[in-house]
Amino acid sequence: MVKTFFQRYVLQFGIFFVLIALLIIFMILSPSTFLSKRIYISFMSTIPFAAIMALGLTLVIISGDMDLSFPSVMAISGFTFSSLFLSTGNGLIALVLALFVGMIAGIVNGLIVVKVGVPSIIATIGMQFFWRGLTTLLCEGMSKNIVPIRNTLVHKIFVGRAGGMIPAQSIWFVIIAVYLWSLLNRHKFGDSIRFIGDNIKTARIMGINVDLIRILIFMQMGLLTSFSGILVCFEMANWWPTQGEGYMLLVFASVFIGGTSVFGGQGTIIGTSIGSIIIGIIEAGIISSGFSGFWTRLIYGIIVVASVSVYAVMTKKRAY
Amino acid sequence: MYMDELIKMKAVCKNFGEIVALENVDFDLNANEVVGLLGDNGAGKSTLIKILTGVYPFDKGELLIKGNRIDPHTYSVRMAREFGIETVYQESSLGEKQPLWRNIFIGRHVTNWFGYIKVKQEKDETIDILRRLIGLKGAGISPDSFVGTLSGGERQGIAIGRAMYFQSEIIILDEPTTALSLKEVEKVLAFINMIKKNGKSCIYITHNIFHIYSVSDRFVILDRGKMVGNYRREELTLEELSEKLMVHARRE
Repeated sequence: MVKTFFQRYVLQFGIFFVLIALLIIFMILSPSTFLSKRIYISFMSTIPFAAIMALGLTLVIISGDMDLSFPSVMAISGFTFSSLFLSTGNGLIALVLALFVGMIAGIVNGLIVVKVGVPSIIATIGMQFFWRGLTTLLCEGMSKNIVPIRNTLVHKIFVGRAGGMIPAQSIWFVIIAVYLWSLLNRHKFGDSIRFIGDNIKTARIMGINVDLIRILIFMQMGLLTSFSGILVCFEMANWWPTQGEGYMLLVFASVFIGGTSVFGGQGTIIGTSIGSIIIGIIEAGIISSGFSGFWTRLIYGIIVVASVSVYAVMTKKRAY
Repeated sequence: MYMDELIKMKAVCKNFGEIVALENVDFDLNANEVVGLLGDNGAGKSTLIKILTGVYPFDKGELLIKGNRIDPHTYSVRMAREFGIETVYQESSLGEKQPLWRNIFIGRHVTNWFGYIKVKQEKDETIDILRRLIGLKGAGISPDSFVGTLSGGERQGIAIGRAMYFQSEIIILDEPTTALSLKEVEKVLAFINMIKKNGKSCIYITHNIFHIYSVSDRFVILDRGKMVGNYRREELTLEELSEKLMVHARRE
């Protein structure tokens, strides 16, 4: 039996229907908010920050590794960016060097995991403390106000409003998602990621340069995290020492709602994208529906547990 | 085509410290031949295979592969692959959560200049490999099937088909029928026949000869590091062969 299109992408359809269902519920409970354009524009400006990191993390998890350092890598990159902008007045130089810091952070993760042999979950917890500590030391606990950035061209390119309406960061998110989708599904690099996560021994036997690819995946995660941190600084025109801390659980929730397996070897960019959107709309939906904000975490919990339970049951049925 | 003799081993010895793993073993493999390497646990079957595939260097003796004299100090797993020697294990040479076409082309994808995979072409080739090289027809197997849905025998078929497609001349099967049901054994035997039909050679290791007797051309028996038998299939019946294996097993 050859699988139909629907059967093959049943996970993605499932998660997509959950998103539609949530939107319909919110539209019924809070029509004034959810039937107006404004809330969606607002989603487009806030969701990309966590979503871009979730996309990078998806590839890390498919390759069978884990990255818990990203909230702090975001902070050190944002710090680099805002400090350099304040000292040079040039947003582009600040951006390039901040990306470079993120890249180095990713490579360091990769080297500790691959060359030293520390399990990634442990190595990246360590690096999370390290980067947060270094950032705190360097900034001496002070946040950085970078309001003049709003008058620069780079600000318009990265977080401006395209056509006076669409937040540019949502366009960047789409570009990154398309790039990562094609990498994972159509490029030999993505193929190697899948096999490394599925069966690392097979990957080695079949001549894949496992070490190099794992380091590159961490490097890419570092770059994307750094990019997201820079976007936050642009959008807020501010950097603060705890930047990134709130993203840890949201990013993981997005990835796992999206159907990526914690065991490696499988996961989708579309799933993570929809997962990020679901996580991103829940809080606004709950509050505008008249519930207290205290409900937010509870609802996150229910959605995460329910979706991963469905995946677990389906996995048992299909043998993977 | 090169000469008929693909592998020629002369008086090869291998020690692991005090332990003698192989002692003056002569082994050869001809083109388009299926040879069973038989013997009890610890007979040296795996050591011999690992020498052929470049995992271990041998200590003494001579090894010629396709007429090339092999220097044990420089020979490697990679060189063995370049000579067209590929080992198929029951486990661990496929990614279970990936579709067949990805498993066939892993590490050797057909790509454009930017490294993007030509998916359509690879899927078409996969269909061809399934049908022509290993004779897997219909029965719900397509290039998009996941390896996890295949049986143990079928998985070996995919790995065998992959090896043949990428021009392996010598396919080594490690315990190909162990822990398989009879129906699955039948499939593996069919794959071995396909290896022969496609003009390639096969060496398999087993300690259970009953299944594979019928598809073999020759049997080599090892016992505690020495070669104690080398018979063409016409020379002896299955009963005689198993009797010989029992004799060696009993001489503990």
